[in-house]
Amino acid sequence: MRDNPVFKIVSKILFGPIIIYGLYVQFHGDYGPGGGFQAGVIVAAAFILYSMIYGLEEGRKLMPDWIIRLVMALGVLVFCGTGIASILLGANYLDYSPFAYKIYKAQHLGIIIVELGVGLTVFAVMLGLFNAFAGFKPHK
Amino acid sequence: MSINLIVLYWNYIIVIMLMMAGLYIIISNQNFIKKLVGLSIFQSSVFIFYISLGKVSGGTAPILTGIEDTVYSNPLPHVLILTAIVVGVATNALGLALVVRIQEAFKSIEEHKLLALKKEDGLKDIQIEVSKEDRAV
Amino acid sequence: MLILDNIPALLVAIPLLASAVVSLLPSARIAWGFAFITTLICLYMAFELVGIISSTQALSYAFGGWEPPWGIVFVLDSANVYLVLLVAFVSVIATLYAYTMLAREIAVEDLPKAYAVWLLAIASLFGLAMTGDAFNLFVFLEISALSSITLIALGAGQDRRALLAAYNYLIIGAIGATFYVIGVGYLYAATGSLNLIDIIDRLNELGTNQAAITGLAFMLAGIMVKAGVFPVHIWLPAAYSYAPSAVSSLLAAVATKVAIYYFARLLFGIFIDITQLVDFFLLYILMPVSILAIFYGTIAAIYQSDFKRLFALSSIAQIGYITFAFSLNSHSGISAGFIHIINHALIKGALFMAVGIFALGIGSRATMSSMQGVGRQMPITFAGFVLAGLALIGVPLTAGFISKLYLFKAIFETGNGFYVALIALSSVLSVLYLWKILEVMWLKEPVQPLKIDKEPASAYLPVWLMVGVIMIFGVYSGDVISSGIGAANALIGAR
Repeated sequence: MRDNPVFKIVSKILFGPIIIYGLYVQFHGDYGPGGGFQAGVIVAAAFILYSMIYGLEEGRKLMPDWIIRLVMALGVLVFCGTGIASILLGANYLDYSPFAYKIYKAQHLGIIIVELGVGLTVFAVMLGLFNAFAGFKPHK
Repeated sequence: MSINLIVLYWNYIIVIMLMMAGLYIIISNQNFIKKLVGLSIFQSSVFIFYISLGKVSGGTAPILTGIEDTVYSNPLPHVLILTAIVVGVATNALGLALVVRIQEAFKSIEEHKLLALKKEDGLKDIQIEVSKEDRAV
Repeated sequence: MLILDNIPALLVAIPLLASAVVSLLPSARIAWGFAFITTLICLYMAFELVGIISSTQALSYAFGGWEPPWGIVFVLDSANVYLVLLVAFVSVIATLYAYTMLAREIAVEDLPKAYAVWLLAIASLFGLAMTGDAFNLFVFLEISALSSITLIALGAGQDRRALLAAYNYLIIGAIGATFYVIGVGYLYAATGSLNLIDIIDRLNELGTNQAAITGLAFMLAGIMVKAGVFPVHIWLPAAYSYAPSAVSSLLAAVATKVAIYYFARLLFGIFIDITQLVDFFLLYILMPVSILAIFYGTIAAIYQSDFKRLFALSSIAQIGYITFAFSLNSHSGISAGFIHIINHALIKGALFMAVGIFALGIGSRATMSSMQGVGRQMPITFAGFVLAGLALIGVPLTAGFISKLYLFKAIFETGNGFYVALIALSSVLSVLYLWKILEVMWLKEPVQPLKIDKEPASAYLPVWLMVGVIMIFGVYSGDVISSGIGAANALIGAR
């Protein structure tokens, strides 16, 4: 597919806006449909599009495997770490009220952070799944 | 079963039809990947069931519009279904990964071929190892 | 103090965090060390929790500060706190066992990720035991199923049938979990709440409600799949026999027990006051099914030559004993069931671990033909194996005797001699398959030399720890008995 000029140009043009749209969906999860899971899938779709057009090796150069594993674990750490931070500040697990002075702002802040964690993990998992399935070589 | 009942509860009838279709595909189809598709259909029917439970008559989507006195549908089933969809995706992914490994180990993903292999007791004793450079992640 | 107030959440959060960290670690030893320290921390927290519950009788932990019925709560009372302690203890022993055994059955570069999934399985088991919210249980059920499937499929390096067993478990487990979700949907439609305690109040207001009963039926069907109750146990023998030995011992010990606890809580805690159908279900459906399970498991085990499959079939029979005790629908029946949950977990864990060491010793699967005389070649492990086997059939001075004693006590209260005869007959039959194993392993001459120089001490030490606890619980059984009675009190009130 990499020799077809239409695919090459369109994918290069679309790569950025897809990621921006993914970030839009991520941060508008409070006000409309969206949130971490959907945004993670959309951002992963951009990288998968790149891998599909230019080949798996190029995709691996763009996002190496060790970064994918790191981001997977990082997302879980962000989510659970927020809960532990709530405990250290004296409230129950995942209670966002100690994060800020006004309760409305505190809940908002808490939700944004945990959704970020979810988005990171889902992005890494989707990309990792694609790489694992596409790069599977049967043992002869 | 009167036409009145069918018209009143048409959404539940569709849910049950999808559920039974999914279950039938899982049980009867011989291909492992198609069984996973049947599982996915079965789970989708449950999602539709939950969301149609949450609908309030005259209610709009449960997103704050800023207009006062709007009637919203119940948002709780929507949240439950988001979780269940993610679980379904994870199950699907795991199932497909297993199918890929089964294809590699047994050279077939058809249930009748594997059952025939089991009758000849040929299912055991091949050790599969994937070397480091063949690994993907 | 911060830790003590938040133990229910930390019991799930700390293994989860550790799982994320362990998946990144480079070396297998560091990964194992991290996992082992995490399970030790969870054991300490579980002991603290037992101390708290013995003084306050019940604990409710609201996640996110949202009080029930709006928020998700973890509820601890005397029914499940001992289960939490059991899960913590078994996970410590199984992780210690996994140091040698998992490393020999899985490729070394896979080990950190295997330990990550292992910790995820342990976290989900804690969550299953503690949660008080119906949909949250589904989430933990699915996490437990997915991590168990991954762990079982890791046995493909030794025997490729593990992949088919894992796939089978995936399909059947997912159908069961989806049935459970349908049931929760019906229950939510009838009551408008997902919190178990709130559901009790609302159902009491509603009276007999058809949607709620349908919901209960679906929920029970789903839980029975996970618990391995007789007709839907089909995934269990293959999954336990082809998994790596450390995974078999962890899953066989606690994974089904937690589901059975929830089964009892649904039946006796929530629905028994609502409908007569529960009594009908217990007497006419659960009891015949349990008797079928006991006899099917025992007789199939007598004819089975592969050791791991034999003990998996024996697990089905033992789960049949537990559900039989529940189907007696009495206070002593429920306490007998809970006592057997704890004792059987310890016994089966020890048995599967010992079989794993035997298989390691001869370098291939443990079957009747390959195990000839191995008991003489590996005497330390064999001694522990014999003691655990004696506990399985219910010899006095072991924990198995206590559970059989309380089961007979519960049966005598119903006054039905037929049941006494059935249980006695099945106990005699279980002696048959145990005697076959012991005869092959001890009374025959060894046919091949061992593939290892000596028994790995780090592998038989966990076996002896479990056997030690089994013997202690056989003699000083007051704690286990009071835990069973406390569980029955928590579920249906003191009697």
